[in-house]
Amino acid sequence: MRKRFRASDIDWLLLAVALAIAVIGVVEIYSTTLHSPLAGQYKKQIYWIFLSGVLALVVSRLDYHMVLEQTPWLYCISLLLLAGLLVAGHSIAGTRRWLQLGPMSFQVSEIVKLIIILVVAAYFADRRTKAVTWGDLIKLGICAGIPAVLVALEPDLGTALTFIPIVAAGVLFAGIRWQHIGVLCLLGILALPVGWHFLRPYQRERLMTFVHPAQNTQSSSYQVTQTKIAIGSGGFWGKGLGNGTQSRLGFIPVSHADSIFAAFAEEQGFVGTLLVLLLYFVLLLRLLDGAQMAPDRAGAFLLIGLSAVLFFQVVINTGMMIGVLPITGIPLPLMSQGGSSLLFTFLGLGLAMSVRARRYVN
Amino acid sequence: MEVRFPSDERPPAWKIAFLQYVIAAVFLCLLMGYWRLQIGQHEQYMDLAERNRIRNLPVIAPRGRILDRDGRVLADSFPAFSVLLLRESAAEFTPEHVAGIARGLQLDVQDLRATLQRTASLPRFQPVLLKQAATLEDISFVESHRVEYPELDLIQVQQRLYPRHQVAAALLGYVGEVPEEMIAKLGSSYRPGDVVGKFGVEAEYNHVLAGVDGMRRVVVNSRGQEVGELSDKYPQNGNDLRLTVDLDLQMAAEASLGDHAGAVVALDPRTGEVLAMVSHPSFDPNDFAKRIDPKEWNDLMNDPMKPLMNKSIQAQLAPGSVFKIVMAAAALETGTVSPEFIVHCAGAVTIYGHLYHDWVFEKHRSHGAVDMHKAIRESCDVFFYTVGKMLGIDKIVTFAKGLGLGARTGIDLPSEAAGLIPSPEWAQRVFKRKWYAGETISVAIGQGAVSVTPLQVAHTIGGIAMGGVFHRPHVVFQDQLKALGQDPSESSPSDFPLSENTLATVKSGMWAVVNEGGGTGGAARSPGIEISGKTGTAQVVSQTLEQSAKSSSEYKSTAWFVGYAPPDKPEIVVAALVMRGEHSAVAVPIVREVIKAYFDKKLGPKPPGNQMETQARVLSQLSPAGPAEPSKPASGQ
Repeated sequence: MRKRFRASDIDWLLLAVALAIAVIGVVEIYSTTLHSPLAGQYKKQIYWIFLSGVLALVVSRLDYHMVLEQTPWLYCISLLLLAGLLVAGHSIAGTRRWLQLGPMSFQVSEIVKLIIILVVAAYFADRRTKAVTWGDLIKLGICAGIPAVLVALEPDLGTALTFIPIVAAGVLFAGIRWQHIGVLCLLGILALPVGWHFLRPYQRERLMTFVHPAQNTQSSSYQVTQTKIAIGSGGFWGKGLGNGTQSRLGFIPVSHADSIFAAFAEEQGFVGTLLVLLLYFVLLLRLLDGAQMAPDRAGAFLLIGLSAVLFFQVVINTGMMIGVLPITGIPLPLMSQGGSSLLFTFLGLGLAMSVRARRYVN
Repeated sequence: MEVRFPSDERPPAWKIAFLQYVIAAVFLCLLMGYWRLQIGQHEQYMDLAERNRIRNLPVIAPRGRILDRDGRVLADSFPAFSVLLLRESAAEFTPEHVAGIARGLQLDVQDLRATLQRTASLPRFQPVLLKQAATLEDISFVESHRVEYPELDLIQVQQRLYPRHQVAAALLGYVGEVPEEMIAKLGSSYRPGDVVGKFGVEAEYNHVLAGVDGMRRVVVNSRGQEVGELSDKYPQNGNDLRLTVDLDLQMAAEASLGDHAGAVVALDPRTGEVLAMVSHPSFDPNDFAKRIDPKEWNDLMNDPMKPLMNKSIQAQLAPGSVFKIVMAAAALETGTVSPEFIVHCAGAVTIYGHLYHDWVFEKHRSHGAVDMHKAIRESCDVFFYTVGKMLGIDKIVTFAKGLGLGARTGIDLPSEAAGLIPSPEWAQRVFKRKWYAGETISVAIGQGAVSVTPLQVAHTIGGIAMGGVFHRPHVVFQDQLKALGQDPSESSPSDFPLSENTLATVKSGMWAVVNEGGGTGGAARSPGIEISGKTGTAQVVSQTLEQSAKSSSEYKSTAWFVGYAPPDKPEIVVAALVMRGEHSAVAVPIVREVIKAYFDKKLGPKPPGNQMETQARVLSQLSPAGPAEPSKPASGQ
C-alpha cells in the first residue's frame, strides 16, 4: 500500500486551521495563567501541540484501512485500560481519569473517543444495508455503551456524552428508519429518570441551574453568571490580551482549560469570537468535504464520526459559556489546555488527512 | 490506487451537505448568542465585571476628641473592626444565606433581615454596616468564609471611648448609629450604620467632631482578597473640641453630688463658660459606642431617675426660695418696697382669706421683724408673701423673665428645657381660666407653677451677681468655633440693668445667707473663701399631700443651693439641685466643694497625688464594678 509522498497528500488547509486554533489557545493560556500558580502551562501545551502535530503527520502517512483493521484489539485494550483505571487509577481531585506514563499523565477517555470513531467506521464499512436494523443498533449500543459507562464512572460524564454524537452520526448516515428514531427517542425519555438517579449531586445541580438559572445562586449558577459576565464585558474589541479581569482575578473557573473560550472572548471581544468560530467552521466543513470525497464507506464514516464529535464539543463548550447549554466538563478541542485532548484531536485529523490523501477524484 | 468499495456505497451526498447546513445554522445561532452578550448587553456586563473586581471600601474618619479646658481627654476614639455588607458583591440573599450570616456573626436573623430591607433602596455600592465592635470570632468568621460570603468585609473604624466613663456623661452625650430620618433627609450624606452624636456635646457639635469618610477603590479577586488599589480618597479627620469645662471642677462636682439624684452647674458669670455640669444618676456612654443591647437600653429608659436626662438643663423644678432673689430685685428696683421696709413675721400670714405658712412654722418659730436683708438671709416666707402681694404677678413675671428665667438660656447643648414662669396669660392659654390672686403668693416664694432648670438658676444668680449682665452659657470656646469656620451663635450678653442700691441690698443678703448668723446657707462657709448664695427647698406637691405621703421618697422636697464667689467680683457661680433632698442643707456643701476646688486650683496647685486620689474615689463611687474595667483601653490621663 505504500506510495510516494506528494505535498498534496497533506491537507495543508486543515493543518493550518488546526494549528491556528491551537496557537490562539496557547496565547490565551499564557495570558490567563500569567501571575498564577499555573504560569508556564502554555509551554507544556506547546510541547503537546508539537508532539500531536508530528503524530498526526505520521498517521496521515498510514493507510487508514490498516488502522481500521486494528480496531478490535485497540478496542479491547481501551476497555482493559478503562477498567484498570477504575480499579487502580491515579485519583486526581476525586476522579480517576488519568493514566500515569512516566512523567506524563494521560486521559484515557480522550483516546477511547478516537477508538469509538474507528469502531463505528469499521462497523459500517462492512454493513451496506439501506438502513440499520435493531440488531445493528443493539450491537453498536453495547460497543459504545460499555466504555461510555466506564468513563462515566470515573466520573467524567462530559466525555462519556461525546460518544453519543459519534454513534448517532454513524447511524444517521448509514440510514435509519423513522420508526427506529421514534422508539429510540421514547426509550431516551423513559431512561431520563433512571439517569437522574445515577447523577452525582453536583451534576444534578448543574442541570437544575440550567433549567432554573435564578434559583441556584452559588456554585454552578455562579459559574454561568461569571462566564457570561466575562464574555459580555469583552464587548466588540475585547479588553486586550492580559487584561481580562474576570479570568485573571479568578472569577471564571478553570479559565485555561474548559472555560478558555470565555477568557478568550473577554480579552479578544466579539471579533475574536467570530474569528475562532469561523476557524472551527472551516475545520468542520473541510472534514465533511473530505467525507464527501472519501474513496469508500470506511473513510467517509471515519470523517463523519470525527466531525460529529468535534462539532458536538465545540457547540457544547461555547454554548454553555453563554448559558444556552448546561455545564459539562467538555474541553474545547485544540484550544483548551490538556495534552490528551490535543492528542486525540490531532490523531483524528491525521486520519482525516489519510482519508483525504486517498480521495476519489473525478 | 485501490478502491475497495464502489462510490455509490458511500453515504449519500445530500446527507453530508445537510449536515454542513446544520453546522452553519448552529454556528450562526452561537454567533448570535455571543453578539447578544458582547454587543447587545455589553454595557450591563461591563458594569457587572467592574463591580466584581472593584470594591468601594469606606475609610472611616476618626471622630475628633473632646477635651476639657486644659486639654485633658474626655472622649477619644480607638481602632476597632466593623463588619460590612458589600451588597454589590452579593449574588442574592436567600433566606438560608441571610441565616448563615446571622449565625456566623451572632446577629438576630430578624434584625438582619430588617436591616437588609431598610437598606434595599440605597445604591448598591454603598456598604451596609452589619456589626460594630467585631469580636475575634466575628473577624475570623469573615476571613474564613470569603468564598461562601464574599459580600462580607471588615473595615477598621474608630470606636468612641470615654476614658472617664460616667463622668460628665450627660454633658458629653454619646454616639450611635445614624437614625433613619437623617439618612432619608434630602441631600444627606449619611449611610446606614454611620456613627453620629446622639446627645449632649456629641450631638450639638457633631458637625465639628465628625470627619469626612474616605473611600478606597480596591481590586479584589474572586475570593474577595485585595490584589490592588485603584484610588484612595483620604478621610478627613474630625476636629478636636475643647470644652470650657474644667475636669478638676467636674470631678469635684461629681464627687460632692455623689449618690444624690440631681445636678450641679458651675458657670463663669463673667463669660458664661460652663466650668462643670453634672447630672446624676449618670450612665456610661461607652455602652452606646457599640450597639447597646435592648435590655441595657430599657433599663436606662425605665429608670425613674432618668439617667439619660441631662438634669442640669432638662430638669424643670420649682426653685423655692432661690426665687426670692428675683422677688427682692423686682421689689427694690420697682420701688415697691425700700430696703428698710419691715414685715412682722409670726410664722404665718393670712392673705386673701387664706393662711400661708412660713417654713419655720413647723418648728413653732417665727422670724419676728424682718427687713429685706434678713428676709433673704433667713429666707422668710411671710416677708415675700407680703412683697409678692404688693408687687402683683405682672411685675414678678417681667423681672423673672428679664433675669433669665422661664426661657432657654441658649446654651449650646441640645434639648434644653425652658422652665416656666406662670402668668395670667399662661393660665388663660393653658387652662382657659383666670389667674387666682392666691397663685401670686405661691409664686412669690418660688412655688406654684414656677419651674426652672439648674442652669437657669446659675445663669440668673450669676447675672445678678455681675450687676445684671447675663452671658449666654456655653460649653465650647467661641474662639475655637470661629477658628474652625463655624458661626458661633449670638454671644453678646443680654443686659437687665439693676440699680446700685438694689444690687447692694440683694448681694449683701446673699452674703449674709452664708456668712451671718441665722443664715440658711451657713454650711457653705469655707476657710479662706468668701461665698455668697441662696438656699431653696421646694415642695414637689402641695403641703397636705406631702404630709399624707411623708414616707414616700417620691414627694420629698427638692433641695437647691446657688452660690458664687468672690462676692464682690464673682468668678464662679454654682447651682446645685438635689432631687428628693428634703432640705436645702443637702445642696449647700456641694456648692461649697465645687467653689473650693475652683479656688484651690486657682490659688495653688494641689499635690498631684491628692488629685488622683479624688479621681479614684469618684470612679469607685460611680461604678459599682470598681474603677475602670481593665479590659477597656482606658487612657490614664
